[in-house]
Amino acid sequence: MEKTHILSIHVENESGVLTRVAGLFSARGFNIDSICVAKTLEKNESKMIIATSGDTQILEQITKQLNRLVNVIKVQELTDEDSVVRQTVLIKVNADETTKSDIFRIKDIFGGRVIDVSRNSYTLEATGSERKIESLIDILRPLGIKDIVKTGIIALQRTRKSS
Amino acid sequence: MNHNSKKNLMTGSKIIMESLIREGVDTIFGYPGGAVLNIYDELFNYKDKIKHILVRHEQGAAHAADGYARASGKVGVVLVTSGPGATNTITGIATANMDSIPMVILTGQVSTNLIGNDAFQEADTVGITRPCTKHNYLVKDIKDLAKTIKEAFYIASTGRPGPVLIDIPKDITSSVCEFDYPETVELRGYSPTYFGHHIQISKLAAEILKAKKPLLYVGGGVINSNAANELKELAELLDLPVTSTLMGLGSFPSSHPLFFGMLGMHGTYAANMATSNADFIVAIGARFDDRVTGKVEEFGKNAKFAHIDIDPSSIGKNVKIEIPVVGDVKSVLSSLIEILNNKTEEISSAKYERLDWLEEINAWKYEHPLLYRMNDIIKPQYVIEKIYELTEGDAIIATEVGQSQMWTAQFYKFKNPRTLLTSGGLGTMGYGFPAAIGAQIACPDKTVFDIAGDGSIQMNIQELATAVQYNLPVKIAIINNNFLGMIRQWQELFYHKRYSFSEMNVNPDFVKLAEAYGAVGLRAKTPEEVVPVIEKALSIKKPVMMDFVVDKEEGVYPMVPTGAPITGMLLV
Repeated sequence: MEKTHILSIHVENESGVLTRVAGLFSARGFNIDSICVAKTLEKNESKMIIATSGDTQILEQITKQLNRLVNVIKVQELTDEDSVVRQTVLIKVNADETTKSDIFRIKDIFGGRVIDVSRNSYTLEATGSERKIESLIDILRPLGIKDIVKTGIIALQRTRKSS
Repeated sequence: MNHNSKKNLMTGSKIIMESLIREGVDTIFGYPGGAVLNIYDELFNYKDKIKHILVRHEQGAAHAADGYARASGKVGVVLVTSGPGATNTITGIATANMDSIPMVILTGQVSTNLIGNDAFQEADTVGITRPCTKHNYLVKDIKDLAKTIKEAFYIASTGRPGPVLIDIPKDITSSVCEFDYPETVELRGYSPTYFGHHIQISKLAAEILKAKKPLLYVGGGVINSNAANELKELAELLDLPVTSTLMGLGSFPSSHPLFFGMLGMHGTYAANMATSNADFIVAIGARFDDRVTGKVEEFGKNAKFAHIDIDPSSIGKNVKIEIPVVGDVKSVLSSLIEILNNKTEEISSAKYERLDWLEEINAWKYEHPLLYRMNDIIKPQYVIEKIYELTEGDAIIATEVGQSQMWTAQFYKFKNPRTLLTSGGLGTMGYGFPAAIGAQIACPDKTVFDIAGDGSIQMNIQELATAVQYNLPVKIAIINNNFLGMIRQWQELFYHKRYSFSEMNVNPDFVKLAEAYGAVGLRAKTPEEVVPVIEKALSIKKPVMMDFVVDKEEGVYPMVPTGAPITGMLLV
């Protein structure tokens, strides 16, 4: 069954690593739904979080192929159950006297912030699970979204509870 | 060595030479150009230690290094210039990558300050070769040069082998740095698994004893891992029938009573029937290529699968595997044999119970052996049979791609590993002749053939000059049907004989061509002339090009049409 998977990939922080990983996905016909890359605290090490889709066999191939790359140090699948997953969105939404209070209310419900204000628009920032961000967008849509940008998702494994 | 001298300073070019020597390199295949002039100048000082073979086209250098690697088991080394020098090697690199052949390719690059400027003879070599190398590097700092070379050889030759490219800007080759060749490599993201997991190997041992209709399906991994002896020991220990991929030919003696030939699209009837009727198939260093499996859903449809491979990504890629064993074939087979050796009673009862199975496969073998019909025109298969007989199966045979390649696989009975050099994965026409040159350099005392078609030989014919220059007695046998034969065969079978641009309306006179290059040209037009021509070629210690004028419309059979299960064979 097609399903979204989140891969946490530790790579050497060398030029060309992103191309190697992205090139592998395109060459083998795998999907990248979103990708986030940044340095870690380890020297010369970066972490990529890639959201991808496919059945378990495809996921197994993706993982194995990634591991073949010399610059890839570790590949780990993160699941919704055992990890925290977040995405950030910036939304510029139409705002006038009649809708301002609605926007503030919605922002509060979603734990977001207003980070820029102009005469007829507000820019909101919100962070949350993919589903939460989608519902925020759905609720704001009738007001008129002028522009939007989303980060890829990032995720971190939860610490296992000692039993 | 003067330990008091403060620093062992060297130019980048000299560092390259010293590093190559430390990697045991004594031969490189190359072609000079602007960006590698410094390296070539230094190479001139090292010509007693490192033999440089000047090819006539960079593609020839890559294939020759590949042939050298396949024949010798050593890493093949290529040296070419930037831009077109590098791009000309791409087909050779991709060929080696698909067949897991260890190579290191050194390419020149424009100086670091010019990179990205569209400079003269600049190409993004690392970008272009990323998908067709095992790994590649651009050396941006001379301090990294020695370490990079060390890593490149290590990566190329370990795990599942493959080509590694190092792109070296011209200024790096002239700048100066202390030379200190690293003893070891540290790569956090690269550590191949050599020893198979003992639980998996025990499971495999149990299953192999339990199976009623077992089959070994072996591939190029057996050769890369130098595991032919272990394979033979295992097969004989349990009377296991063996079938091989194209890449695996030579890993098991073709004349052995347990060998049933190649499987797949042009496999033998017995091998394909055995695969479809087996109840347990052990894939050893093979990767379930589509030319092997045919319709993949029906491949080994009655069997459970075990798979031994050093590359985890090969396991379970196309076919579901019940017993995966990640590890080096040689090491895993040794452990497996060790376990089985303690089970003498089970072995003898298993062997007894399987007599029927072997009989069944042998019946298929006698029902539909590989055959062809002789008449007064030369049959391609006859030429290859005679080459086999006259070389007693001891020659190194390189092939091009197409019908001549498949007939070679079917009719030359390979005895030993590293004696068939063929582009199995990429299917590169033009591979065979330069590969034969590389093999002849690696094995000067062996008889080396390139079995070619009239189409493919023309793809790297310029290397005749290389063969003549170094006096390499390579024998080229052209199976000349004035067609791109395999294309013609498909057009005959699947396109209503519409021979769309597959006829070679004009071919050179290959005899005169050979002579023009300073080689020897011979021709056979009738079956009676075949043996004398081969005998004469074998007696000449020079490059010889033999033109065998063969039946134009002969086909390769058995043949499994694309998408059909491998039991759906068209027979002769």
